[in-house]
Amino acid sequence: MDFGLSEDQELLDQTVRRFLEERLPIARVREVVESGDGIDRGAWQALAELGVAGALVPETFGGAGLALLDAAVVATALGHGAAPLPFVGSAVLATLLLRDVADGELQTRWLPALAGGGARMGVAAAERVEARQDAGVVEDADGLSGTALFVLDGQGADAYWVLCGDDAHFVRAGAPGLGVKPLPTIDRTRWLVELDLRDVVPDASFRGVGAAIDRVLDAGRVVLAADILGSCDRALSLSVDYALARKQFGRPIATFQAVKHMCAEMAAAIEPARSLVWYAAHAWDALPAEAALTATLCKAHLSEVGHDVMRTATQVHGGIGFTDACDLQFWFKREGLSRQLLGGPGRLRAHAAALQGLG
Amino acid sequence: MDLSDGPEYATFRAELRAFLEAHGEEAPGRRGEIASVGSGALRAWQEKLIAHGYAARTIPKEYGGAGAEPDPLIATILSEEFGRAHVSRGVGGQGLDMLVPTLLEHGTEAQKRRYIPPTVRGEMIWCQGYSEPGAGSDLAALQTQGRVEGDEIVINGQKIWTSTAQYAQMMFALVRTEPDAPKHEGISYVLVPMETPGIDVRPLKTMTGHAEFNEVFFDDVRVPLANIVGRRGEGWKIANTTLRHERNMLGSAATSESLYEGALEVMREERVDDGRAIDDPVLRDRLMRLGAETLAMKCHAMRLLTARLRGETSGVAGLVSKLNGCQLNHDLAGLAIDAMGEAGALYRGSDRARDGGRWQFQYMFQLGLIIGGGTAQIQKNIIAERGLGMPREPKAVKAAAESAGKG
Repeated sequence: MDFGLSEDQELLDQTVRRFLEERLPIARVREVVESGDGIDRGAWQALAELGVAGALVPETFGGAGLALLDAAVVATALGHGAAPLPFVGSAVLATLLLRDVADGELQTRWLPALAGGGARMGVAAAERVEARQDAGVVEDADGLSGTALFVLDGQGADAYWVLCGDDAHFVRAGAPGLGVKPLPTIDRTRWLVELDLRDVVPDASFRGVGAAIDRVLDAGRVVLAADILGSCDRALSLSVDYALARKQFGRPIATFQAVKHMCAEMAAAIEPARSLVWYAAHAWDALPAEAALTATLCKAHLSEVGHDVMRTATQVHGGIGFTDACDLQFWFKREGLSRQLLGGPGRLRAHAAALQGLG
Repeated sequence: MDLSDGPEYATFRAELRAFLEAHGEEAPGRRGEIASVGSGALRAWQEKLIAHGYAARTIPKEYGGAGAEPDPLIATILSEEFGRAHVSRGVGGQGLDMLVPTLLEHGTEAQKRRYIPPTVRGEMIWCQGYSEPGAGSDLAALQTQGRVEGDEIVINGQKIWTSTAQYAQMMFALVRTEPDAPKHEGISYVLVPMETPGIDVRPLKTMTGHAEFNEVFFDDVRVPLANIVGRRGEGWKIANTTLRHERNMLGSAATSESLYEGALEVMREERVDDGRAIDDPVLRDRLMRLGAETLAMKCHAMRLLTARLRGETSGVAGLVSKLNGCQLNHDLAGLAIDAMGEAGALYRGSDRARDGGRWQFQYMFQLGLIIGGGTAQIQKNIIAERGLGMPREPKAVKAAAESAGKG
């Protein structure tokens, strides 16, 4: 019985955190998101050299061949840094679709490029999660047509996965009939796009792979939950630091119980949530019977914890927490996007009930 | 991450499971039922458990225990398997859980030999005399006086929230023996026979309708000086080593899991307006929300156990279980009640009350546990101060210094 991170995982966590502290401090994050397309390409390339971009790529394709728990450790560190990097979409969802759904040729062509940091991929998964009346992609004899919304890491991507029902289509950027449009959200550290498809012919299509797609989406949920966890850690530490520094009524506000209790409530919510993230990632790796349910409950729970923590942290910061100059807003908004992606908490809880045959 | 038992633990678990299947029937009512405390059946069961190393496991053999090395994983397997089989774990209560560890750490050889063996056998029941009407969260403000006269202490004052005092032969109590010393340094840890003249136990009926607690009054109660554990004036330090055990007892993940399973059963069975409660999307959403929290607390318990096995400190993570667990248990009871609609208000005395009014009882009792054993607000102070490194309130510090100065 050993429930916790291994020494290698602790080291991975420290490595990514140290890298982000040096290379992507929040002042640099601010620069990146206020210019260009919101991705620090140089930092992503350097992280690729550390094995982060290819964490889930098998070693035979030049990756690190790590488990989802390792990816969750990375995601927590990236959330802690509010890093403007294409991890959840490109390095997790797209990579797992290539690894677990695609076949040899596509893998040989793309997995090494993803691991090396030279290629990035967007994933259009929203329609598999919840269909909207104003979007959707259909396939006919001429190819794929329609609109795919909320495409993760789609900005400047080299290729896209378009998930349609039980089928997964691989579409190269620049394919005839494919239009890509930015989809601004509150979170400027990760960009979504909208794909407009008119008779787009995919490079490859994999049909009847609904179960494999669902398993990949569960991995995405765990990693998003891990990202929220990292955001929560940062929001709490910023709050404690601020409370110790800020003086009112002649003393640090950290001495007031009203403020201390808000910080204690955040810590009390975060720590069991961390245990749940680790468990859900491990279940995805090693406990197949529990993987879907724990991933679903984990993402739902972290979304609730995340909202409570972000609201409380902003209140600890008082008026300054409401300003653009206050860095806390980056985590508030990052959590705000993560919460909605791949199923908000209410939808996920309904899904969790269905998975257990309840209602 | 490896959640398997490992070979020797798997063997231990298999043997325990076989034992419980073969002998579980011989066990008396479940642990924690006050009526069974000290009964003959319980003592016989306890003897059998000790012989197999399933009770009093880490208490040395010379004091009547099984004499095994402490092993948190074994302790967890014991708790899981007895819970799974719904079988009594033998003698429990504050004597075994709080007093015995204290005596083992701080008691004299004579105290250990005299008190531990009968406690382990279930022949000596203990109650805890800590809280007072004027000393709740601020326990160190306690005023029960222990005047030293020759080789005796003469105790006057009042204790409250004393569970099992009506059955107990002995109390371990905190009394102020050094009135001129600073607040935390004037307290002694004293063992008091409950049959001593001058002790008056009065039941304290709570909002549940039952007297789960008592008030205990002391009027010139004389006990030998030799009944002090540790040195005079060291009682605060000694009590603090065992209060930690109590906080670990409260808010355990196993309780939450069992309440979650119970609430799920209620929602599957209760039918209102032709549908089951579980088919109501609002109630179902609440259940899933609490189910996720229950799972998180279960994972958290495994994480804390691992930290102990690895010999690591768990930091702020180790301070949050009581706060979260008790709140979660209260919410689970509240959900089960809401799932029953109007019938959820029925209580003992109604033959229509589900499970004899269990859920209303739990709703009230779990609220009591949010307050007892260190209130939620005290827990938050501990998390903020010890876990996050935030300072104490300067006024509290100043007031403490002043009251210490006055004595």
